[in-house]
Amino acid sequence: MAAPPTAVENRLRTTEHIQSPVIAFEDVSIAFEANSVLEDISFHLNRGETKAIFGIAGSGKSTILKLAMGLVKPDSGRIDVLGNDITQMREEDLFELCRQIGMVFQESALFDSLTVRENVAFRLMEEHQISEEEIERRVRESLRFVELERTVDMFPSELSGGMRRRVAIARAIVTRPEILLYDSPTGGLDPVTSTTIIELIVKQRDVYKTSSLLVSHRLQDAFVMASHYFDRDKGRMLPLPPGARGDVPMTFLILRQGKIIFDGDIHELAHSKDEYIREYIS
Amino acid sequence: MELTSPTDFAKDIVQSVQDYSLLAGRSLANLFRHPRYFADMMQQADLIGVGSLPIVVLTGTFTGAVLALNSAHTLERFGSLSLIGQLVSVGMVTELGPVLTGLMVAGRNSSGMASELGSMVVTEQIDAMRALGTDPTKKLITPRVISTIFMLFFLTIISDFVGLIGGGIVSSLMFGMDWHQYWSSAWQTLKFQDVFTGLLKPVLFGFIIATVGCYYGISARGGTQGVGRATTQAVVASSVLIIAVDFFATRLILSIFGYR
Repeated sequence: MAAPPTAVENRLRTTEHIQSPVIAFEDVSIAFEANSVLEDISFHLNRGETKAIFGIAGSGKSTILKLAMGLVKPDSGRIDVLGNDITQMREEDLFELCRQIGMVFQESALFDSLTVRENVAFRLMEEHQISEEEIERRVRESLRFVELERTVDMFPSELSGGMRRRVAIARAIVTRPEILLYDSPTGGLDPVTSTTIIELIVKQRDVYKTSSLLVSHRLQDAFVMASHYFDRDKGRMLPLPPGARGDVPMTFLILRQGKIIFDGDIHELAHSKDEYIREYIS
Repeated sequence: MELTSPTDFAKDIVQSVQDYSLLAGRSLANLFRHPRYFADMMQQADLIGVGSLPIVVLTGTFTGAVLALNSAHTLERFGSLSLIGQLVSVGMVTELGPVLTGLMVAGRNSSGMASELGSMVVTEQIDAMRALGTDPTKKLITPRVISTIFMLFFLTIISDFVGLIGGGIVSSLMFGMDWHQYWSSAWQTLKFQDVFTGLLKPVLFGFIIATVGCYYGISARGGTQGVGRATTQAVVASSVLIIAVDFFATRLILSIFGYR
């Protein structure tokens, strides 16, 4: 029989430094043209943890990611990212901080006039200090991670939706960021491609221990992530053994009408008495 | 269609002017900040300058020719056909060269910038650039502004030159004027203030074309329809601004140097 899942060991290792939050929202509110989107929300993302954010359309899920990235400013409240209060930061300093965060956009947001190689290498080339050979090596390494090395010279318009999403993941991880933000990474994809994307996210979580916020409409994706681990030896995602279910650094956050109505792990979610949550997960 | 209250309308205008001023200011201030994107500037200079050359040459040539054609009939009545070179020269260098080149480049490039940046906004590419730690004003706007100013300056000189040639061809072929006489009168009539006026305007117009195009592009909202609207607005606004600024720049220069 195979050795006990590495995810359990990972869990033990992860809990050692899980105490320090990499993202902390404190009483954050934001409204767009008199429409309140988020109202006094507070939550923490701990180091090494993946937090899946759910809610109906327009509940402010993607806004949370944009706030965490500093792309929009809150009307009130405080957002700490890697120990920096980004609500008070100058734009110049914010760009520096962004280099430690990777983001996968809902529609990939690849630069359509650049090839896959140039898209993935974008951030490395912006640093102006990395040699061409090193850039090429890291681009290929990232593309190999998402199993798309063969597309290196193609343009985004030549790729399928799922491939574009995978290239976006490769672009986000090429600098080995401390935090990854995924905005509906499986939205609009077929089940097979969705599973491939989820496997990549699980691989990133279990192999590189990257802290992540994941926005999704698909609850089943998060359940797969909470019940599977990435086996390095076999090179694929496997289900956790019975009893170890949920034994991965994975939590859930559910939004309703701009407020957080649930923040906890899969066990707490499964035992929630809240009618709305029960209806949502059923 | 929902009606906007006059107060909201006024607020929107003030907000737009403020946003435009900030963007225009930052586009120049970025020149003094790292990183500077020289490769992007060269690429834009090629797109804007070399790409606009055919329309600028054609416009300049025919403008000079029609200027000579129209003025020749009037001058002939007073027996002053020899002044045609002076008229074409001053008209092209101080006014028609810079303004028509500016309008041509605005039609071609202001719209191009608005649609390109607008498409990047609606497909979240601008947000992606920010998320990758790159300032879009440095990477996208400053190279366009600097390249447009630089290239419009030289395009205007080319336009003036081919305009004079166009006027010379009409004068010599249609009115039998001596080519050398035309050319020397055209050349000798130009004063410092004419050349200064003719070279200052493309700098102002280049700045307007690029900043207006980029502003409408970066402010585009509402999908492909929004991009289309931004493109139209960019051409209209930059063309009107060029003509308005032309008047005020001319008035200012005249108040400094006096009338010829």
